Amino acid sequence: MKQGTLKHAVILGTFCLGFGLLLAVTDMVTAKDIAARALEDKQNSLSQVIPDSIHDNNLVADSVAMKDDHGKDITVYRARKDGKVSGVAYEIYGSGYAGEIKLMMGVDAQGNVLGVRVLAHHETPGLGDKIEEKKGDWILRFTGLSLGNPLPDKWKVKKDGGQFDQFAGATITPRGVVSAIRGGLAFFAAHQAQMTEVN
Amino acid sequence: MATQYRTIVRDGLWDNNGVFSMLLGMCPTMAMTTSATNGLGMGVATAVVMAASSLLVATFRNRITQEVRIPVYILIVAAMVTLVDLCMNAWMHELYKVLGLFIPLIVSNCLPLARLEAFAAKEPVLPSFLDGLFMGIGFTIALTAIGAVREIFGSGTLFADASLLLGPAFKFMEMRLMSADMGVLMMILPPGGFLVTGLLVVGKRMLDVRAGKAIQMGGAHSAA
Repeated sequence: MKQGTLKHAVILGTFCLGFGLLLAVTDMVTAKDIAARALEDKQNSLSQVIPDSIHDNNLVADSVAMKDDHGKDITVYRARKDGKVSGVAYEIYGSGYAGEIKLMMGVDAQGNVLGVRVLAHHETPGLGDKIEEKKGDWILRFTGLSLGNPLPDKWKVKKDGGQFDQFAGATITPRGVVSAIRGGLAFFAAHQAQMTEVN
Repeated sequence: MATQYRTIVRDGLWDNNGVFSMLLGMCPTMAMTTSATNGLGMGVATAVVMAASSLLVATFRNRITQEVRIPVYILIVAAMVTLVDLCMNAWMHELYKVLGLFIPLIVSNCLPLARLEAFAAKEPVLPSFLDGLFMGIGFTIALTAIGAVREIFGSGTLFADASLLLGPAFKFMEMRLMSADMGVLMMILPPGGFLVTGLLVVGKRMLDVRAGKAIQMGGAHSAA
């Protein structure tokens, strides 16, 4: 009995060791490529909210860590032209119909929206997912707006008396996105110095 | 010998199909069949894992003792899944962005484990490899079929985004059959998965009855 147990342990241990080694080797081989892909993804999502024309630096390499108004750690990426900060991009969060909506927003140095894109969400397919750029142009309408344009009481969906269309059958999703963007702009206004300081 | 291989192929693709006959692997079946393309991608990833793990288990079948076989099988399946996950992330990144979230689900799929226990543990390497491969292809066919039905009725398209999965040459597969407004939303939500899977199981069994075959049920351990 004792010998049997030892034999099983050795067999199981050998398999664990063997496959552990196999995975370790695979991880080593793929790690560099995976890191490169992750960087490309980040660059892609940043280049959608910060136009290439306003910067000459590498956005991914120029970032500053901050805490947003809810105490969440966010990374602020900075666009610079000739060393001067011309815009920033950071993640903002809205509450949707089915959990959190994660967005990336770009803002220029004057506080105008350069672009907003949805990074991740769990909204209803066919109803709430029209916030994705792939599914419609709704998200593009925020480009060029700022905290004062439209006026604060119009920074809402139409149903709440504001100026932004909701979708047929989905009000909560656009409401969450609109308030996240308004919150993001207010965050920029409050922390502008810290976000754009040159160091 | 030739008849044995024919039986393996027929079992995997139709007679003992993982989804439509054995009703195994329901978790990825429900989660990943919101479109034909998603079903196809999940099916192919599962087929790769099944073929590789069947091959490995058959190779080591005389070394693995009865007492520790289940942990060893799970170890092998999990290692293959991780391998596929890492390689896809590194070298097929576009596809990974579509399927990545669901690759780890293959570990929770009981179809690979069932085939290891029922087949690869007892049979030589080549038949085991073929059994894993064709069970995987049968799974792919089932997932693609369920995905196609749900996608047509739910979003009005067929094989949308197939070019993301298979490369730009497959753009021709992407079809729009009805306007998006005509889609029945329920079909791409979870209830649609149960409805379509159920109806397709009924359809398959009606075909089998018409062909005079005995209906196989829960046949995970049937002799191959």
